[in-house]
Order: sequence, then C-alpha cells, then structure tokens
Amino acid sequence: MKNFSGKVLFLNRADINTDEIIPARYLTENAKEALKPYLLEDINMEGFDNKNDIKGKAAIITRENFGCGSSREHAPWAFEVNDINLVIAPGFARIFKRNMFNCGMMAVELPAETIEHIFSVFSNHDTDLETDFGNGFLILKAGDIKESFELKITEFDKALVKAGGWVEYADSKY
Amino acid sequence: MGKTIAEKIFDSHIIDNPCEGIYVIRLDAVFCHEITTPIAINDLVSRGKDRVFDTSRIKAVIDHVTPAKDSKTALQGKILREWTRRHKINDFFDVGRNGVCHAIFPEKGFVRPGYTIIMGDSHTCTYGAFGAFGAGVGTTDLEVGILKGVCAFGYPETIKINIYGKIPDGVFAKDIILSIIGLIGVNGATNKIIEFAGPVVENMGMDARMTLCNMAIEAGATCGICAPDMTTVEYLWDFIKDEYKTKEAAQNAFKKYCSDPDASYEKIIDHDISNLEPLVTFWYKPDNVKPVREMEGTKIDQVYIGSCTNGRIEDLRVAAKILKGNKISDSLRGIVSPATTEIYRQALNEGIIAAFLESGFCVTNPTCGACLGMSNGIIAEGETCASTTNRNFSGRMGKGGMVHLMSPATAAATAIAGHITNSKLYKSI
Repeated sequence: MKNFSGKVLFLNRADINTDEIIPARYLTENAKEALKPYLLEDINMEGFDNKNDIKGKAAIITRENFGCGSSREHAPWAFEVNDINLVIAPGFARIFKRNMFNCGMMAVELPAETIEHIFSVFSNHDTDLETDFGNGFLILKAGDIKESFELKITEFDKALVKAGGWVEYADSKY
Repeated sequence: MGKTIAEKIFDSHIIDNPCEGIYVIRLDAVFCHEITTPIAINDLVSRGKDRVFDTSRIKAVIDHVTPAKDSKTALQGKILREWTRRHKINDFFDVGRNGVCHAIFPEKGFVRPGYTIIMGDSHTCTYGAFGAFGAGVGTTDLEVGILKGVCAFGYPETIKINIYGKIPDGVFAKDIILSIIGLIGVNGATNKIIEFAGPVVENMGMDARMTLCNMAIEAGATCGICAPDMTTVEYLWDFIKDEYKTKEAAQNAFKKYCSDPDASYEKIIDHDISNLEPLVTFWYKPDNVKPVREMEGTKIDQVYIGSCTNGRIEDLRVAAKILKGNKISDSLRGIVSPATTEIYRQALNEGIIAAFLESGFCVTNPTCGACLGMSNGIIAEGETCASTTNRNFSGRMGKGGMVHLMSPATAAATAIAGHITNSKLYKSI
C-alpha cells in the first residue's frame, strides 16, 4: 500500500482541472517520472509557486469538483511522482477519482462544511496529516490543534488500494 | 417502472456488482489514440500480459499530434502502430487516413445504438449522440478494457434536458450546449448522464447531436445521450443495411434503446431556446458564458475552427458560407482543421476548402493538436484565440494564452472582423 501520511498542501479553489494539474504539452512523455517538475504548472491561482509550494507535501486538501476536464491519468501520476498519494475534497470529477483509485491512490470525499472547517482551522498553519487506513480515520495536526475525520471510501475502492490498483484486481477476477 | 436509455444499455451489459453501487460492465468497443494508449501498452508488456480481449472490438487512431512533431510523439505513434500490427487490429487509422477520434470512429460506423464504449479520452461522451454509452477513462481503465473488455461504473442516474423552441438565426448546437453548461455549471452533471431530448434535438442532424453530447463532460457528465431515431439510421445505413431489411426495421430495433415514458430521472430541465443568442465563453471555465454581443470588440490573435466538437462537415459548411467572398482580418491568423480525411475530401469537393484558402485561412490536416496546445496552432503567452473547441482552461491552447469558445459561425464572423462579433451579422452572406 502507498503512503498516505505527511504534510498537507491546501489548494483553496473549486474546479481545478487536469490541464492545470499537468498541461497537455507534457503528455508526450512515456515515463511517469518525467512529469515531476510540471505538476500544477498552469494552475490559475494567485501567488501559487509550483516550484516551491509542492516540496515535501504528501497530501492535498482542496475544494469542489477537483480534477475536472481531461481524462489524462498523467494527473494522478504527476502527484504520485511528487510523493502525493492522497487528495481530499468535497467532490471529484468522475474520471479523476477513478484514476486515483485505479493507481492505488486515494481521492477521499468529506462534506463541504467539513472542508470549510478544515480550511478555517488549518490552512494557515503547517499541517500534518496522518491516515489510519485500518480504522478509517484521517487525523490533522497543526501545533496544539488536532482533529480527526472519518475516512469513508467504498469497499471496492478499499480493495483497489490494497491490491495496488485495478489491473491486478481485474486480471484476477475477470 | 420504466428505464432511461442509459439504464437499458447498462442493464444489458452488467457482468458483476463487486460492491454496492459499483457495476462492472461488458464493453462492445474500446477505442485508442496515441497519447493515452502507449503507456497502457507498455504496462501490459511489462506485466507479461501483452494481450487484447478481442481484436475486432478495438479501434485505434493517431490523431493528437499528426504527423509527429518530434521524437517523443513519433515514438508514441510507433508504439501504437506496432501494437496494432502485432495483435492484428485491422481498424487502425494512420497518418494520411486518420482523423480526430470522435469524428472518425462514428464516421466508420463503429458507434451503434446500445453499445458500451470506452476510450482514454474525456470526449468519448460524444458517442451518446447515437444512443450509445460512451465514457472517457484514464489509462488504467483503458488497459483493463484492452485486456479484459470490461470497465467499472456507478449506476447511471440521468438528467434529462428537454430542448424546445424555434432556433433563432445565428444560433447553433454549440450555442445550445454552451447555454446548458452555463445553466448547470461545470459540476452540474458530475457522475451523471445528460439525456438531450425534445423537438430541437429530434430535428438535429448527427453532426449537431455530436456537438451537444461532446461537451456533456464540460458539465461533468459521464456521457451525453440522444435517443436513436431515423436520423441515426440514415447516418449508419451503409454499415447496417445487411443486418436490417429496411430502415424502418432498423429504427424499430433501435427503439429498445429509447427511454420509456415512465422512466425516472434525477432531474428534468425544460430549456426554451427561442430567445437564445450566439454565445461565447470568457475566462477559464466552460460555464463562464456570455452573449457574443457583450464580448463584441474583444481583440483576437487567432481563430481556430476544428476539433471533435466542431470540425465536421456541417461546421465547415456554415463557416465557409460566411467566409466566402471575404478576407479575414490582417490583425489575426485563421486556422481550420477538417476533423477527418473524409471530411477534408468532402470539403474539397464542395468548394469549402477553396473558400477557406481564399479568405486567408491556413488549412491543416485532420488533428486534435491545437485544441489542447500540442501542435498545429499553439498560441503564445498573452495571446487570445477564438475557438470552436471545447475547453477554455488556463494554458489549454498554449501557456499564458486565453481561449474564447464559440460556434463555427461566430468564429468565421470573428475572423473577418478581427475581433469577437455577433455571427447574426453574417448569417445571410
């Protein structure tokens, strides 16, 4: 299973699309590792610096409809090669969410008001996330503040995370 | 209780229900292009699983960067080409006989009512125009589709949009779908199907229905879908005439892929287009939509006509009619990419290519290139493109560029004027 714990990167905008996550000009690469420097290069977000702001982060917390647009699995791959395997949002575009679990990564939904609360409490602090996959909890820590949230994903998605992705799962079953 | 089109197709293809809400369905076709497929092929090879579920149900095309622009894109083409040869995939469309995937695969008769189709391309939702379930997927889903002929989905809830009213002059399918995306938003149909219905859709040709369904993904939908009817039969007739004695018999057979009158929908939206104006997008989201007249005068550096949204013959006819006898403005460049080799040939025969050339347009070979800023029409930082494509995302047609989406008619009118303008002005030319 992949690592789902570490520092959090907050992206405070809805509808971040996969062209912003990894622009099409890099889709000519045949190796995932080559995508590493270009993650979030075209994000339309004032003050965001993709060269420095991503460094050392392991999870993303963001707003509604994350990963909309193109079907490119290069979006999850660009996160994966930057050691980010978990995105938390109120909702995801269908294809992006499937791609994440198909790669054994996680796209976890929390209610919009919970995300709002997390932004108000944690987004201005250096925040750590700990994922307790077995018991189904996400624990956020910043200084003395510590809060935990239920990690709710389907049994199917759990099976994919454990199996390491959809290819292994499907090949053994169908 | 009755069923929707999507539910009927789904129910006849389910092979597993691994957990609540997740259904594994059998696929009638898996389509491939050279951007998202090579990594799937390489992964299958590295796993020792270089197999395909059914050579006759896999179709492939080189369309995103064609001809190859550099060594990397040449390699992507090579991987796809060699794979089709190795597995005897006969329906492979190489440079010179290719076209934009969502134009060429329907044109070849590969999309039929009731089919389930996946492709590693989000605009696979276009195939719903034929009463099929077409869904864009990532490379891993594609890989499993190639290997096993299956894919997993949630059960398809449907939003029905009844489109009615007299279509005003200067308004086209593109304006209608932009109005719908503006209405429901980029997240308005996420995980859902949009069924386009009503008299306006019934009277549309297949090209216009494909434009509608193509942009369903811009509202988050898994697939856009239209009921198959005599228009669908006419389009497909050359490919299906051995299966059915008459066109009426084909139409009757396809009725099993029409929604029942008592089907249940997540939502029904009545959309009156009687007063709709030509529309254009602004800023970086496809639901940022305004009437063209509110953007009148916006300076444009490049006009692009083409793509899986609006590069079909009907689109080129409309644009050429407006361009004929006019020169495009010296202040911009115009680029047109007929969506397939066959459409290119037809446009040549009809004098459409001549009209584009004489007006000052650059005519490229069929390709997706410009739409996603990969080739054949990339814009520079700070430049603005008036485009008949489907996405105005930040950096989409070139880093630091701006894209305004519009119909081919508005794009042609804009090319002549040098700035965004109302295509109504040019409708009768």
